Amino acid sequence: MGCGTSVAIENQGRPSEVAMKAAILIQRWYRRYVARLEMRRRYTWNIFQSIEYAGEQDQLQLSSFFSFMLDNFTQLNGNGPDLISHLLDSAVDPVVDEVRQSKYEQIVVPESYSGPRLSFPLSVTDTNVLLSAFKEQQTLHAKYVLQLLHETQKFLKQMPNVIYLSSSYAKEITICGDLHGRLDDLLLIFYKNGLPSAENPYIFNGDFVDRGKKSIEIIIILFAFLLLYPDHMHLNRGNHEDHIMNLRYGFTKEVMQKYKTHGREILQLLQDVFSLLPIATIIDNKVLIVHGGISDKTDLEFLASVERQKVKSALRLPKCSLDHSEVRTSSRSSSRKSGRVRLNSPCSAGRMSHKKKKCRLTKQNSSSSSSSSSSTSSVATPRRPPPSPRLPSPTEMLQVPFLDSIVSLALPEPPREELEWRQIVDVLWSDPKIQNGCSPNSFRGGGCYFGPDVTQNLLKKHGLCLLIRSHECKQEGYELCHNGQVITIFSASNYYEEGSNRGAYIKLGPELIPRFFQYQVSRSTRKLTLQQRVSVAESSALKALQEKLFTHRSELMAFFQQYDINNTGRISINEWAQVLDTVLRLDLPWRTLRPRLVRLASDGNVEYESCFENISAGQPLPQVTPNFAETLYRYRTDLEIIFNIIDKDHSGQISIEEFRQTWKLFSAHLGVDVDDQAIVDMARNIDFNKDGSIDFNEFLEAFRVVHKLDMKEQQQG
Amino acid sequence: WQNDSVQKKIRSAFDVFDHEQNQTVDVREIGTIIRSLGRFPTEAELHDVIAEIEEEEPAGFIRFEKFLPTMSRILMENKLRPVPEDLLLQAFEVLDQQKKGHLDPEELSRYLTQEGDPFSQEEMEEMLSAALDPEKNLIFYRDFVSMMTADEPW
Repeated sequence: MGCGTSVAIENQGRPSEVAMKAAILIQRWYRRYVARLEMRRRYTWNIFQSIEYAGEQDQLQLSSFFSFMLDNFTQLNGNGPDLISHLLDSAVDPVVDEVRQSKYEQIVVPESYSGPRLSFPLSVTDTNVLLSAFKEQQTLHAKYVLQLLHETQKFLKQMPNVIYLSSSYAKEITICGDLHGRLDDLLLIFYKNGLPSAENPYIFNGDFVDRGKKSIEIIIILFAFLLLYPDHMHLNRGNHEDHIMNLRYGFTKEVMQKYKTHGREILQLLQDVFSLLPIATIIDNKVLIVHGGISDKTDLEFLASVERQKVKSALRLPKCSLDHSEVRTSSRSSSRKSGRVRLNSPCSAGRMSHKKKKCRLTKQNSSSSSSSSSSTSSVATPRRPPPSPRLPSPTEMLQVPFLDSIVSLALPEPPREELEWRQIVDVLWSDPKIQNGCSPNSFRGGGCYFGPDVTQNLLKKHGLCLLIRSHECKQEGYELCHNGQVITIFSASNYYEEGSNRGAYIKLGPELIPRFFQYQVSRSTRKLTLQQRVSVAESSALKALQEKLFTHRSELMAFFQQYDINNTGRISINEWAQVLDTVLRLDLPWRTLRPRLVRLASDGNVEYESCFENISAGQPLPQVTPNFAETLYRYRTDLEIIFNIIDKDHSGQISIEEFRQTWKLFSAHLGVDVDDQAIVDMARNIDFNKDGSIDFNEFLEAFRVVHKLDMKEQQQG
Repeated sequence: WQNDSVQKKIRSAFDVFDHEQNQTVDVREIGTIIRSLGRFPTEAELHDVIAEIEEEEPAGFIRFEKFLPTMSRILMENKLRPVPEDLLLQAFEVLDQQKKGHLDPEELSRYLTQEGDPFSQEEMEEMLSAALDPEKNLIFYRDFVSMMTADEPW
């Protein structure tokens, strides 16, 4: 140990003035160092959220694409493959439960199957077997998945929308937030806190699936415990318990990959099960637990009465009366929030894209735009894409025919359906904000940003004292706001990147004072310093951002060159930031990020081409124009989803003609001008064995972007 | 300096923390913003700035329109001046009277948590986790200074 006396102490233990000054200096420097790290951490966070948000906007492309296809059905008839019939899967047979049950029982599990086997009714043996099996990376056979889902569906049907619990003097209840397919986090929670049981009740507050790779395993475990301990295990629906979200965020893909034969059936059943999940849980009539939040329209009594299973997806507008041609406008503030979907009509989604494509839906009644479209709060820098000012007309509908049991346009229904939809969407999608008020954050008016006054009013109205919600990632795994009346609890650690955040859960006893428990799943045993954590996350975010730059290269260059009249290769920082804003619409502080993205010349101007230096195409694409390549890069996830739908037999192959038709339609919908011949040529190039079909996994492989630094490391390492 | 570019710089830094995009940030982030713009306020100086730009009825947030003029002035007049890096090294050397080249964590903690603008327990722990050589349980401050002063162009 160091020497006992402080070297700079002079009389009676007072440090010398010099030493004191030294201390102050060190403190000032250190705080500045930490502030810089905090700045980096924060903009890294912004990048992740911004891209997440932009991704969800793209999601609407896909949904609206499907409805677009529906509308253009006739064009396809007799003209190549019947894409619509591909998409219009047969509805889940309206068979009686017993028939379905026996159908599942008849599925034969091969002898060679070494995974877990379940027997119903479930017992503790089953849940233990599942946990061990999943720790060993095994997969549960489709037969048991279907049986489990079937039983869960039966069970959930008898549950109300809002579950009332009472705390017990003997135990605490544990409340967990988003898991998003992270099995390691769930297992860590069980390890630290014990398995669910009569003595150890749990509430899981939604978003069990998507993003992480083990969503189906999480669902299986949660549902198994639900059936085993129905009075002590409670699940709330999250906004990702939604088949349209799943198409985009990976759950659908995960299921299709793990379950080739029965995947579709599993997904169809899940669609029902998700919509049957309860919406809210209330403890002791004091603590309200919902996934997203509330709005100023939230009414718990009304919420209790809605037919929740009808709201299959937040991204599907309820069908309104055909006579109901009133168009509502909603005020909006341009809020940049983490990954909130613009619950937009298909047409508006189209308009939002800077490509300014024409709206394809012919049925809509376009009415005058609301003059409140451009938010007053974004006058200075209109960073958000200009919102479509109007709510969709009543006849516009979003349907995903593929997984939809309800295929056709139904008879007109009264607006009550829309009110019900709104109640549920508000509760599943809303976020708290610092300032008072309630501002709708979408163009349909679904999901809000609610201020402390809204919270206060609701809690008072129903005699509640606390709102626990999830839905937003928080660095410490939890966060309090609204004077402690709202708690956000998030249970997926390292959500954006290794080291990005902790996960947490709450324990609540009869006195209803929450205790927080944090954790972090770690690949390495060594604890990372703050600096290291920030660097890892930052590097990951910057890569994602660079990819965005890359996939918009042509457009960016075109704009850069407009400013660069003398062809010097340089433009001012302002101009550079302006272009990025316009093209990418990612709502980021470009000037702050500038040092990480682009080089500065000696005259203080930006060398704009250096944006693209570190990233390039994975493989040279045969005979494609840069524009086309970029478009494909940008929409590769959507394409993948579409291909998966088309590829009914899960062979991994689709015919060139199917591919061509799909792309033609998709690009028409996007308003992208793509040479038909170019796509055919490219497809033929990819069809190596010339049998008329493309292995689309190989095709998609071509659309990976590579980070040059990574490649260099790989070559050296 | 062009005034315009200074303003844009301030704006950009402010935006990073403007979560609701309504030209406000939480007052607790002001210190971080000012420091990330290259300034080195003491805690007292920070409080003074906040007092100057706060709302009349302090509501927990600061508006950009109040922040901008104050921050512009600070930058243009070079207030809250950065401390030169060599002084930082000297500060450590002052505490290391025997010139060992390293410091004792207990000793350093005592200084930094009790003198000047004292660190909180959390700040101290975080600093130690970055500064301490775990095998020797000593702080080799020269390395630590290098790390803290490694600069980025702002």
